[in-house]
This record gives sequence, structure tokens and C-alpha cells, in this order.
Amino acid sequence: MTTSAIELLDVKKRYKNTEALQGVSFSVEQGEFFGLLGPNGAGKSTLINIMGGLVNATSGVVKVMGHDVVRDYRMSRSKIGVVPQELVYDPFFSVWEMLVIQSGYFGLGRENHGWINELLETLKLSDKRDENLHNLSGGMKRRVLIAQALVHRPSVVVLDEPTAGVDVELRRALWEFANRLHSEGHTILLTTHYLEEAESMCDRIAILNKGSCIALDGKDRLIEKSSWRVAVVTDKLAGSEDLFSAALSSAVVSRSRNSTQLRISRDEAAAKNMLQKLSSLGVSDDKIQLREPTLEEIFLTMTADKVIV
Amino acid sequence: MSFNIYGCWTLFKKEVVRFMKVFIQTILAPTVSTMLYLLVFGVVFEDAVVIYGGQSYSSFLIPGLVMMAMTQNAFANSSSSILQSKMNGNIVFVMLAPISVFEFYLAFVMAAIVRGLVVGVGVLLIAALLVDFEVYSIGLILLFAIVSSGVMGAMGVIAGISADKYDHLSAFQNFIILPLTFLSGVFYSIQNLPPFWQEVSSYNPVFYLIDGFRHGFLGVSDVDYQQSVVVALLFFILLSILSIFMLHSGYKMRE
Repeated sequence: MTTSAIELLDVKKRYKNTEALQGVSFSVEQGEFFGLLGPNGAGKSTLINIMGGLVNATSGVVKVMGHDVVRDYRMSRSKIGVVPQELVYDPFFSVWEMLVIQSGYFGLGRENHGWINELLETLKLSDKRDENLHNLSGGMKRRVLIAQALVHRPSVVVLDEPTAGVDVELRRALWEFANRLHSEGHTILLTTHYLEEAESMCDRIAILNKGSCIALDGKDRLIEKSSWRVAVVTDKLAGSEDLFSAALSSAVVSRSRNSTQLRISRDEAAAKNMLQKLSSLGVSDDKIQLREPTLEEIFLTMTADKVIV
Repeated sequence: MSFNIYGCWTLFKKEVVRFMKVFIQTILAPTVSTMLYLLVFGVVFEDAVVIYGGQSYSSFLIPGLVMMAMTQNAFANSSSSILQSKMNGNIVFVMLAPISVFEFYLAFVMAAIVRGLVVGVGVLLIAALLVDFEVYSIGLILLFAIVSSGVMGAMGVIAGISADKYDHLSAFQNFIILPLTFLSGVFYSIQNLPPFWQEVSSYNPVFYLIDGFRHGFLGVSDVDYQQSVVVALLFFILLSILSIFMLHSGYKMRE
């Protein structure tokens, strides 16, 4: 049996008055491109920080490539590269100095300089090599963070919202780079707020909400498993706004000038009931199209505060 | 990897390079301000105070001032570096690496010792141009210089871990380090104090650091230098255990 790249077993983290993680368990297999999604405050960064050894879990077991992050921290840390969410840097050093220092922390000396040069080349940082980190743009700092995370050639790469606040060009470049790392055999764990990107890149997705893992599956399975589809109504809704609100507002996914998108149950009886309501509002059948929900729609429904029926 | 020697060495080197990159602030400024103490106090009290039955006040003052500069700078080095890294967030780079708490402690304390020694040598070199002073035992001078800088480097690690902002560090410096240093016999011999204050001074560990260091220059001191060696080493071990324990617990670092 192959060792999981990341293994989490009943991981809990309690801060003074909050339970940031309430017993999270799942595994990420080697070579996977894994998405970790959740709203702000769901516990994604806490979980990532525990994997990297930045935060101690209150209880539970976390392993990276089979190495316990507490008992066997040297091995686990040498197997994982974490790109932090915040643009942190040491203002005293240049790009090259910082990468050599980071490499040294992992016990790697001059023999690793070739790889550092390769990273600079790949991440288009060669001309910034002697620039102080303080003087770099946000996008460049982000690239340096990625280089720092990869300097010891980790097999598991964790990208904590790498595209937050970066321009379109850099975002595209970062995704190309992440795909390249994945194709070279790295396990990638990604958190992002851009769900369409997670949808297009990730093999499997876990959704965290309020410290619990509320869904974990392949993207297609998550969609198939949802209890509803989307009815796209292109007819102008007849009847008063009040009537519409009373009848359908709890099912609305989104509304624009030309169409209204509604959750419609996969259960036949419930779907029929919904269609009858639409009909009573004057919507003709040929103006209703059914489609599968997107990952974003599923995500928003699962993480919504109100329970949607 | 039982001991990440290269990782520890890299962190130590990084800390030394860090303070050397701002040497005006970290080396030159404390050297100059210490020399001002020597000029002011040395000139004013040179003829007025006679110590240990014949020593000039300047030759008495120099070891105290050098030790004060070394300890204050050793403390400042580890404490401000850790706090600044915590506040900037770049402490994560070390924490993500396979560096143990002992290696972390060792690198920061060693760098603090180097900063203390560099400042101490700087003060001594300039002092040598201005006044004559004796050297009784280089070995004793070096021992106290290293252990005392280590003591304050370890205290700096504790302060850096505990502090959340510079205000906390400033409180540590002004309400603990400075009183302990000023009331430790930098400017006077405790033999000149009333018995009560002599008794109080004997509970100040910094007094032993300065007194033992001074013995290395003058060959005489307020208490037996061997007693000072024991107290200095015990103080160093105690603070080291405390700082390693704090790092190991993850207090304010991995919480």
C-alpha cells in the first residue's frame, strides 16, 4: 500500500474560546492535485499550518509522507513545502541570499545552488536575484515565496491561496507552474477562493466549514451527489415580487435581468411541486432549462449559514 | 538527521549578517554611547574616586562599561530579531524548516554572543586610545565576556518569544535589564555601599557578571571571582533551560 502524501486523523485545534478544527480526518494521496475549500475562518490555514509544523494541533495525528509532524518533524518538514498566504519576507536580504539561507536551513549548501538558479529561471526571478525583497512588487514577492517553498525539493507542495491579490497574468503563470509541478509528480494541496480554478485543476476537493470537513470527493462526484440541480428560468417572472419571494426565494441561486436560477430537487415529487409553483407564477415550461450545479453553487449552498431545503 | 548542524550554522550566520548589515545601529552607536559614559564619568570622577586602594577610576570603569555594552547588545540582538521576525511574519521560514528548538536557541544565543563580543572589542579598542588599563587574565575576560553575552542572549530569546510588540520589549529592557545593570556595580564598587545595599547587590546576578569580568582586568574584585564564575554559569544554564522550554512548548510561537 502506498503511503499517503498527507494523512489527517481526528485533528482538533482549540484557541481560547473557539474550536478552529473539530476533528478533521482525510488523506491526500501521492500525486494528487487536491483542493481545500472553505469560507474565511473555516480552518483551512490552521490545518495547513499544522501540516507545516507552524501550529501545534490540540489533538489528533498529522502525517506528511508517512512522517508524524510532531514526533518526526525533521522528515515531515523536509517533505513539505508551504507557500504562505501572506506576503511575508525578511527585509534584510536579497532574493538570492534568502533562497540560499532557506536552503541552508534544510542542511543544503553549495550543491543546491544549481537548483536555486533553476528556480529563479523558472519563476522569472533571475533579473531580481540581487534585489532586496523589500523593493519587489507583490507579484514578485509571491514568486519568491514559491521559490522558498520549493528550495528543498519537497514532494508535497501546499499553496495557501497563492493567487489572492495577484493580477491576471501572474495568476495564469502561477497555475501553469502549479500544473507543471503536478505533472512532474508533486502532490499539490491548494486552497483558493477562485472556485472555477479548483474545479478545473483539482482531482479531489474537501470543503471545510466551521472547522469540520463537510464534503470530500472528486469534483464530478460532489456534483452528482448534490441533492439538487439548477433550473434556469429565462421567462420574465409574472406575478408580484411578494408572491415570488414567498414561493421561491429560498431556492434562488442567482438572479439577473434576463434569468433566474433556482435550486430544484432531484426528488421527482419535490421537483414537480417547484415546477407547479413556477407555472402558477406564469412561467411557461419551454422557458425552463435544467442543468447540473457548478462547484461554486454547491460550495455556497453547503457553507451557507441557513439550511436550504 | 540527529543534529541539523548546517541548518543551525545557517541560522547563526544569518543572524550575524543581519546585525552587520545595520552595523551603524548595532555596533557603532552603542560603541560611541559607551565611550561617552567613559569620557563623562571618567573625567569627572578620575581624581575624586580611588578604588581598591590605588586603582584609577577609569581603569575600574572600563570593564564595567564594556560588560554593560556587551550584555545590552547581546540582549537586543536576540530579542529584537525574534520579535521583528514574529511581527513581520518571516519567522515562518525558520519554523517550516527541520530546525530543532535547541538549534534555534543555539543559533540565536551564539549570534547574540558575537554581537556582544564585537561591541565589547570596539569599546575596548577606542578606550585603549584614551586611557591606560591593565589586563590581568585574558582567559577570565573571555570567559565572562562569552558567558555574560550568552546569559543576555538567552534572556533576549525569552523576551523575544514573550513580547507581542516593541512596547513589551522596551518594558523588559527598561524595567529589568537596565536596573539590574545600573545597580550591579558598573560605576561603583559595592564595597562603597552601606551593608544593606551590599546585601541587595549580592542577589543581583548581573553584579557577578561585571565583578568577575573586572577581575580579569584588575586582578581584584568585590567577591571571589570563582564565586562569580559559578553564579554566571548557573544563571546561563537556568535561562537557557527556560528559553528552550518556552520554545519547546510553542508558547506564542506555534500556538
